[in-house]
Amino acid sequence: MNEINRHQRQLQLSGFGKECQDKLAVAKILVIGAGGLGCPALHYLAGAGVGTLGIVDFDTISITNLHRQILFSTDDVGKSKVLVAAQKLKAINPEVEIKTYSTQLTNLNALEILKNYDLIIDSTDNYSTRYLVNDACVLLEKPLIYGAVIRFEGQVGVFNIEENSLKTNYRDLFPNPPNPDSAFSCNDMGVLGVLPGIIGTWQASEVIKIIAGIGTPLVNKILTLNLLENAAFEFEITKNNEFQPNIPKNKADFLKFNYEWFCDKNYQNVISLEAFDQIRKNQKCTIIDVREPNETPIITEFEALNLPLSRFRESISKMDFTNTVVLLCQSGQRSIKALELLKKQQPSIEAFSLKGGIIEWKTHSKSNYHEQSQT
Amino acid sequence: MEINVLLFGQLSESIGKSSLKLTGISTTDELKIRLQQQFPGLEKMTYSIAVNKQIIQKNTPLNSGDEVALLPPFSGG
Repeated sequence: MNEINRHQRQLQLSGFGKECQDKLAVAKILVIGAGGLGCPALHYLAGAGVGTLGIVDFDTISITNLHRQILFSTDDVGKSKVLVAAQKLKAINPEVEIKTYSTQLTNLNALEILKNYDLIIDSTDNYSTRYLVNDACVLLEKPLIYGAVIRFEGQVGVFNIEENSLKTNYRDLFPNPPNPDSAFSCNDMGVLGVLPGIIGTWQASEVIKIIAGIGTPLVNKILTLNLLENAAFEFEITKNNEFQPNIPKNKADFLKFNYEWFCDKNYQNVISLEAFDQIRKNQKCTIIDVREPNETPIITEFEALNLPLSRFRESISKMDFTNTVVLLCQSGQRSIKALELLKKQQPSIEAFSLKGGIIEWKTHSKSNYHEQSQT
Repeated sequence: MEINVLLFGQLSESIGKSSLKLTGISTTDELKIRLQQQFPGLEKMTYSIAVNKQIIQKNTPLNSGDEVALLPPFSGG
């Protein structure tokens, strides 16, 4: 009886009703990523009365997440995303079963986790995981609701459901990941909270349509949205027979496939946090921060030259570096681009990009050691 | 014969426009060559091509009035 009251507005909706509600109540949905896309999707699916929600995320909550990761509040900063999300979702709808996976999804655990769910939502923020999730869904024959954003534009689509004898997946649209220097995250480029809010909600909408059997889900389609210009375009995806061989064909191949290599193959000059600290201690080096001047956190622990990526090429054209150079940015993506530009200008320079950027360095240095002196 | 080209994401940012009109192009391979000549950074970018709202997987002939979209992947979430 309580359940009927909670979902009354859906039950009374012509074109939805009890039959659709009952279908939602036995559905098991996995949301991979409890971030900008994942939070609104989880929120609405819990509210709608989905039977089981699984959440995969290994991250903790930062204050800069709060403008878009709407399940989290200021008091939650520092806590585990999946655990806080589970608490909030249970408060929204105690009848939903919530399963949390506070882990990095890899090819070693993906098949095991995904197999228990009916539909998978890709709410991730990097190409490695997107390709991994796609390939796992193809192997397990699970529908995948794809969503992605950049700046003011988003994409959403449904993969791996057969319709009119056609079943497409992410690799039919983008067979190969782009160069790492063009793979920017929301942390790098910035984003308005409303964008993942809309795309994540749209992903939840696709889930509801598929489970309830209503409307026209974006099967074999990709919808692009431009929030600034109010433009929406829908494209039909066709089968890419030429590149299918790149996809692991069975579980054994999937377990051997190196997704990190596949996406980051050109970047041997990306150094770890430990290597960076060693270089700072033992060598004369020039540290270059390629973030824009107003970005935080501010670096106080060591001296860094600020040469924003937006003007990097011109800035370095007048410079000649004699020391080892380490480039850094917020999360380690823009600094790779800067490294490429620097290497072009000064091919013989010894230069590196800091993996994980200043965000990971700050976390690492807080937990590992106290700064004694500057180099 | 004129075609309309739609650009998305980092493509439209790099090129500085969200659409262009081009003439004298009869296939999608020709289109790529012409655009790369005009915008050299394009060569390194990854994108899919759609002709009249359908993703194409190989070189495709173009007719006057066709709409071609260049879709880069997005990774943000």
